[in-house]
Amino acid sequence: MAVPLFEIRDLRLSFPDLAHKPLFGAAPRVEVLKGLSFDIQRGDVIGIVGGSGSGKSTLGRAMVRLLDVDAGQIRFDGTDITHLEEDSLRPLRKRIQMIFQDPMSSLNPRHRVGTIIAGPLQLHGFDQIRERVDFALSQVGLPLAFRSRYPHELSGGQRQRVGIARAIATEPDFILADEVVSGLDVSSQAQVLNLLERLVSDMGLTLAFISHDLSVIRRLCQTTLVLHHGEIVEHSATDQLFGNPQAQYTRELLDAIPLPELSPGWLD
Amino acid sequence: MSFLKLEGLNVRVGSLPILRDVSLQVESGEVRALVGESGAGKSMIGKAILGTLPDAIAVTGGRIYLDGDDLMTLAAKDRRRLIGSKAALIPQDPLTALNPARRVGPQISNRLVDILGWRRQDAEKRVIELLHEVHIPAPERVMRAYPHELSGGMRQRILIASAFAAEPRLIVADEPTTALDVTVQKQILRLIRDMQRRHGTALLFVTHDLGVVSKLCQSMTVLYGGKVLEDTTVDQFFRGPAHAYSAALLAATPKYTDPDSSLMPVPEAVIRAVEAEIADHDQRRL
Repeated sequence: MAVPLFEIRDLRLSFPDLAHKPLFGAAPRVEVLKGLSFDIQRGDVIGIVGGSGSGKSTLGRAMVRLLDVDAGQIRFDGTDITHLEEDSLRPLRKRIQMIFQDPMSSLNPRHRVGTIIAGPLQLHGFDQIRERVDFALSQVGLPLAFRSRYPHELSGGQRQRVGIARAIATEPDFILADEVVSGLDVSSQAQVLNLLERLVSDMGLTLAFISHDLSVIRRLCQTTLVLHHGEIVEHSATDQLFGNPQAQYTRELLDAIPLPELSPGWLD
Repeated sequence: MSFLKLEGLNVRVGSLPILRDVSLQVESGEVRALVGESGAGKSMIGKAILGTLPDAIAVTGGRIYLDGDDLMTLAAKDRRRLIGSKAALIPQDPLTALNPARRVGPQISNRLVDILGWRRQDAEKRVIELLHEVHIPAPERVMRAYPHELSGGMRQRILIASAFAAEPRLIVADEPTTALDVTVQKQILRLIRDMQRRHGTALLFVTHDLGVVSKLCQSMTVLYGGKVLEDTTVDQFFRGPAHAYSAALLAATPKYTDPDSSLMPVPEAVIRAVEAEIADHDQRRL
């Protein structure tokens, strides 16, 4: 069997709890990730779900080395990147991209869309930048004229498309998408999900999709990882997770989703 | 007469219409949803009723009747007193709605003291009762806590208690569970429903989430671009929406039990048609 794209072993991460720091001495630490182990296969779309404080965003950021871990190992495409220096990490960075929740704060308001998408291409020394920007725009279904627009001129859904265009411009192997549809209206939510679905199959991407919304995960992801208080409580094929949830916490999450249909007594 | 009645309400920022001839009614004790996507004007209706529209935004036409009184004909001071005694708000974000520098107890009891002229001891006693009622453990201790010491769900319970404190007959709830985890959301929805029933309060529930509407509300108003597209019962809506846009909105709503026919993008033709309907409406009003 091929080497998984990501191999995560016993990942641990804690933050200092400054609210309880004594006047002298170190602050106590809050354990956010409590020894997580899982693989992501090439071409997989994995959903990472959990409530607020479950550690899902922290896990994502640790995987792409935006946060340093206390212990454990992260292997990307066979290479141990857990403690890799930034210089050696650089060539891998263009293969790993990220899309953020709030495109308004993750897109520089003073740059035009063209400049924003060109950013990572310039950083990684790509050639034919203009052509690549145009290609990325067409991939996400935005007109080429949007090159000269500013983020504030766009709708929420269009801004999120720009974030996606920037992420796919370097033709990465892996994209981490952190709550990318949470801030969108349902009508643009569906469009952005369809777009991600198409890009994954067209570009052969591997996608980790962090979300608090199980309905969205069901639509997009093949496997799902449920986090609760920094631990994996369930990791299974998405169909199986919805058809026959194993963990108590997964069942609670599913039961709490208000489905858009008449169901008298749901609140009782 | 309905407890709340809007007749042809028009609200504008400069020359730009935000609400277009909005009419709706809420009976005593009724739970009505205001549904729409961002920019639909649903929050603006709540603000217009409570008299909390931003300065740049003005009511340019129409009537708001609260318990039979025409708010538009009252002097500002009388209007505020009337609204303050009969209506209240549960806001979306409990962290910004509470003063971070003050303990939560006084933030609730001051409303009773300042607005309704209660004696301080009575007000504090009432607040403890209310915190009990919204299932806050150890209310005496929580009253002395600062907002940051409490979880999001606890903060929202406190704002619910605060909204019911003066026994209003109408509560506007503006996306009160949007910022909460889904498991906490269910508890808070149940609490709002129980409190609303026990106190016989009418509820105007502003939300973008049709799932929540189906669980909590009896009637609903669907808005787009500040215009009412559909005014119906929840029962009827979920059996089959009347307006093409409402139907598309329902099909776009996530539903994990039905992955193949939910989360459908709203067709562009539907958006074009509803935009045309609004343009036509504006044309006829000129």
